[in-house]
Order: sequence, then structure tokens, then C-alpha cells
Amino acid sequence: MAKKSLISITDLTKDEIIRITELAAYFEEHPYEPLLNGRVIASLFFEPSTRTRLSFESAINRLGARVIGFSDTTNTSVSKGETFHDTIQVISNYCDMIVMRHSLEGAPRYASEFSKVPIVNAGDGANQHPSQTLLDLYSIKKTQGTLDGINIMMIGDLKYGRTVHSLLQALSHFNTKFTFVAPPELRMPEEYKQFLRDKGLEYTETTEIGDAINEADIVYMTRVQRERFTDPMEYERVKNVYVLKNSMLEATKDNMRILHPLPRVGEIAYDVDQNPKAYYFNQTENGVYTRMAIISYLLGVKK
Amino acid sequence: MTHDNKVQEVRAIENGTVIDHIPSDQLFKIIRIMQLDRAPQRITFGMNLESKRMGSKAIIKIADRYCQDKEINRIALFAPMAMVNTIKDFEVIEKRKVTVPERIEGFVRCANPKCITNNEPVRTAFDVLNNDGKISLRCRYCEKVTPQSQMELIK
Repeated sequence: MAKKSLISITDLTKDEIIRITELAAYFEEHPYEPLLNGRVIASLFFEPSTRTRLSFESAINRLGARVIGFSDTTNTSVSKGETFHDTIQVISNYCDMIVMRHSLEGAPRYASEFSKVPIVNAGDGANQHPSQTLLDLYSIKKTQGTLDGINIMMIGDLKYGRTVHSLLQALSHFNTKFTFVAPPELRMPEEYKQFLRDKGLEYTETTEIGDAINEADIVYMTRVQRERFTDPMEYERVKNVYVLKNSMLEATKDNMRILHPLPRVGEIAYDVDQNPKAYYFNQTENGVYTRMAIISYLLGVKK
Repeated sequence: MTHDNKVQEVRAIENGTVIDHIPSDQLFKIIRIMQLDRAPQRITFGMNLESKRMGSKAIIKIADRYCQDKEINRIALFAPMAMVNTIKDFEVIEKRKVTVPERIEGFVRCANPKCITNNEPVRTAFDVLNNDGKISLRCRYCEKVTPQSQMELIK
């Protein structure tokens, strides 16, 4: 069996990203395909995350493999003080793949250096969450028919939001046009803008959603969190500026779709949910197919 | 060349290595990186010396020891302008510029407190980013960038 881990979106080439979105489409057509009959996949959530864990476990089950693992570390050897290294070393003897989430950044990369089986990063702190990025890409491709030349507007916390950074890196393969909408405190970091300039890609920056939304193919919303602000007055001032309301969508393109990594806390008004351009719940369904695609691709049962 | 007045502020050595053009405020870091504080050789150094190019500089002279490129290049993180002179019979027989390595392992800490390397017994590893002489390190694990101002040696 091939051994390939997925730790960071930058581990994948453009062709691999395209291939995984194609496989996701395949699994959407074939949502129960026991390609991994008899296999065992460990789901190790050193940090709890119900949504991501259930999505991965659903994908594993649909592929016919079985899940072992834990959803928090309370009753494990980790709570007895075992090192992360030893835990992974042992569990990699029990399974064909490890899906893991950890609050420490870099833990999955480290695990991939000595694990006998592939590691899939299901989120490491504020660092990477590649399956989220791939499901975002699949959602874009599915709704727009292509990944090439998309005009995307990213709104909210662009400084700390790992999903927007990974998505930006992945989309940089596809001649994307970016619009960044964020309060000054939460602007897109310079290193990512430099990255786009180096690649010759266009972006604009603004502090308000404004009319630019009418040009967008994809609106990618993120949450502006109170704890990110040193000045609470500033938070009160900006929190309503980055709320998407149904009335703002009137002149938007027909093909425009709204994505959000969820959970949302008020940044998309509930009246948007009924609008056919709201796509964030469909996005979660795409997550299951994307994770089926990732697992079967990494294990080499689908090439 | 070997007997100009500035160099003589720190006594000349007969054989060994002279590391010149070190920023004064980085001198003790360099001493620790090269583990000169534990070396058996005779070491002399000066800091806050006048320098036309740098304003203020430091210099280290290590008697009877010749340094390999690998050892020398580690100091490039903190002293990218440093020159390494090999001395034989009071004469400079070779001058080398340090070169910033592409990768480094161990000896520098990742500045991200949530990085695995700061919480579990993991050896640090970085890709070195060189932005017009501004050196920073990208952690191979957490992918965060440690700027030079935050680089700390592992004790």
C-alpha cells in the first residue's frame, strides 16, 4: 500500500488538488463504496472537534473501513504523561492510516516523520487544516464548474483565519482574483500578499464589503472574534460591518455562492439561509465526499 | 593586511581563525553557537570596535583552531556580514565570507509557543528565508516564521 501523508495544503501539487476534487465528485455519485473493506483507520482527536471528526468517520465508514480512536484524551495514555511520539508510534502499529487533530502546531508533520502509516492532518492549532481547504475547493468547482479564474471575496478575520490562508495558497494555482475585506486589525498578513505578488496574481484590499460583492463568484465569510481585538471598543465598532445580510445580495451575480467554514456566530444573517446563493450547509456535505477522496487517494486505492 | 591598527586592538594570533565583522550586540550569541565558552583553545575577543562599514563591530580570535564551513555558516544567522580569516604564521592565508545556510536543525528555538518543538522532545528544524539580507526562519513543523529579532538559542 502506498504511504503518503497529507499535512499541509502546500504538500499537494496542482494536479493532485484537481485529482482529489475529481474523486470527490466521483464519491458524490458513489457515496457508499467499500474500497477499504477490512481496513482500520485511527481517528485520534487530541483536541475535541465534533464536526470534523464525524465528517471523517462518516467518510471512513462509507469506504467500508472501521474506525478506532478517541475523541478527547481524558481516558488515554496521554493523560498519564506518555509522549506524543510514543502514542503515535504504538497506534501506527494498529491501523492503516491515522487521522489526527492536535492543538499543538506541527504535531502531524512530526508524526509523519516516524509513523509507519500515512497521517492525515485534521487540524493542528492555528496552522493547517487541509481537508477543509480541499472541501472548499470542491465546493467552488462544483458551483462554478471550474477552479480557473474565479473572483473570490474573503471577508472577516483574514489575519488569524487559517482557512483563508490555506485557501489562498491553493487557489494561487488557478489564476484567481482576490478581494480582501477586513478591519485594519485583521488584515491579510503581508507574507500572503507578497506570495500573491510573487505569483503575479491580482488582489484588492478594502475595509468594507461595498459594491465589490457584485463582482464576486465566491464570497468566503469568516468569523470576526471578539478575543482578537486588543481594544473592545474597536470590536464593537466593526462587528456589524462584517455581517452579510440578504439585502446585500440583490445585485450579486447569479452564479455567486456564499461559503463559510462554520460555525457561524452572527456574521451571516439568518435571512440569508433561504437565498439559493447560500451554500455553507451544502459545503459540509461536500466535506464527506472530499474526505472519502483524500483517504482513498492517499491509500492508493483510487489514483 | 594582517597588521592594520584595528586588528591590533585585539592581540594577533600566530595560527588559527579570526572572525571579523560581527555585529557587537551578537558577539555573545556567536560565542555560544560556536561553543567557544567551552573550548580549550586560547580565545580573545573585542567588541564595540570601530568599523567604517558597520559603525561598531566585534571580532573573535581563536588560536590553533581551524573552522569548517558548516560550523561557520551557523553564525550567518546572526552575523551575515562576518568574514572568517584563516591565519598561519601571523599571515592571512584564506578569507571566507559566511554563507547563510538553506536549512538549519537544532540550536535555535521556534518562537511559536504552541509549536510541537516547544512542548515535546522534538529537535527543531527550519528553512532559512533570506529577504534581502533580512534573515528569518520558517519552522518545518508549525510553519510559523521566526524573525531574527526573536531568534533564541536552545540551552
